Amino acid sequence: MKIVECKKVCKSFDKTDVLFDIDLSINAGEVVVVVGPSGSGKSTLLRCINVLEKITSGDLVVDGKSVIDPKTDIRHIRQEAGMVFQQFNLFPQMTALDNVAFGPRKVRKLSKKNARELAMDLLTKVGLAERAGHYPSQLSGGQQQRVAIARALAVKPKLMLFDEPTSALDPELKGEVLSVMRSLAEEGMTMIVVSHEMNFALNVGNRLIFMDEGRIIHDGSPRDLYDNPPTERLRDFLRNIQ
Amino acid sequence: MDFQFQFVLTTLPQLMQGVKLTVYITVYGLLGGIGLGMITGLSLAYKIPILNLTGAVYVWIIRGTPIVVQAMFVYFALPLAMGVRMSGLQAAVLVLAINAGAYIAEIVRGAVLSINKGLVDAGLALGLSRVQVTAFVVGPLSFRRMIPPLGNQFIIGLKDTSLFIVIGVGELTRQGQEIMASSFRALEVWTAVALIYLVLTTVLAFSLRWLERRMKIL
Repeated sequence: MKIVECKKVCKSFDKTDVLFDIDLSINAGEVVVVVGPSGSGKSTLLRCINVLEKITSGDLVVDGKSVIDPKTDIRHIRQEAGMVFQQFNLFPQMTALDNVAFGPRKVRKLSKKNARELAMDLLTKVGLAERAGHYPSQLSGGQQQRVAIARALAVKPKLMLFDEPTSALDPELKGEVLSVMRSLAEEGMTMIVVSHEMNFALNVGNRLIFMDEGRIIHDGSPRDLYDNPPTERLRDFLRNIQ
Repeated sequence: MDFQFQFVLTTLPQLMQGVKLTVYITVYGLLGGIGLGMITGLSLAYKIPILNLTGAVYVWIIRGTPIVVQAMFVYFALPLAMGVRMSGLQAAVLVLAINAGAYIAEIVRGAVLSINKGLVDAGLALGLSRVQVTAFVVGPLSFRRMIPPLGNQFIIGLKDTSLFIVIGVGELTRQGQEIMASSFRALEVWTAVALIYLVLTTVLAFSLRWLERRMKIL
């Protein structure tokens, strides 16, 4: 079952073209890792999928709903596509528990009690039950990102988008976030992960996409692309990120 | 120096009449200013069509002219221009509201724009509407950032009520002036008046400090 389908998607900001004719379809249950040099359009692609950016032309269908169809409720797409950001973006005035309970309360209209129970379950799942009452400023980067993952999961999305989730973290904190992501993948969550963590791509991902200058250059099995890069461009890139 | 403390005591009842009016103008003027400033500031920050244009012109005119001139305009010129006649007290409240509103608009605009865009993205990505993101994320965060500059503005507003002496409102400074005119005891009168203003602004400053501490600026 297709959960994301891009048809000739183009995106430009003012006069700068960022995405060119992107054709891509992603099935439920896939874990897709997107790599590419900075400025290649990876983050923009993610932001187009949950409509934080409007596409310039083409069509993009998420969970059966087209982002350009005026009848589509954009909020519905966003509820089905959870997003985790490089800078965590937790709400600083709320505790970890309230950050996670916020979405279910306001979006899924759960009662305060049910939302808090759900939030507590999710914090337990990411290993932060004992930090529920802490504010984001009292948590480490890795802990903040795990809360952010729980927050995105709390609205029960069908798809999770990760925009460089470990890039702002110290090497020793990356592991705790990646292991949460890994267990999410093992539960069958559909994931699109923009990240340069090649170990994650090789061990958890079942598809690797290489983007450059707004185009998808390669799309295939992580192992094959990694072991035998089909182009010099990818070979250079892989060498540079090691 | 001959400072007659006894004389100060005899003037207190009249000065307190002035304090009542000063507080009245400050409270209602600033409440009006907060309302006007919120609407204008949000229109400017979110670039709401038409409102953001009228807002910009409003801020431009009010910040560009002295409050004394604004008071005289409303009290003396408006009746001639449009036949709008109001009491000095009404004019004072109106002018303070309009004047403070222009400055508060800029405070609101600045605070809203200072909120990290990533937090807005995070709210939207959860499936919240723009209105919900503004009400539950940007609103509470920018409110905390507004408290210190708002405190400044409130203190300025309180002291600016003394300028309404020019339209004959019997606020604190005006009462001092009248006592002066009949007693010529400048030293006692202006010392007392100054101290009373200091007490009023101190109370205001401390209550804002208390609010700020309770909200913990983030």
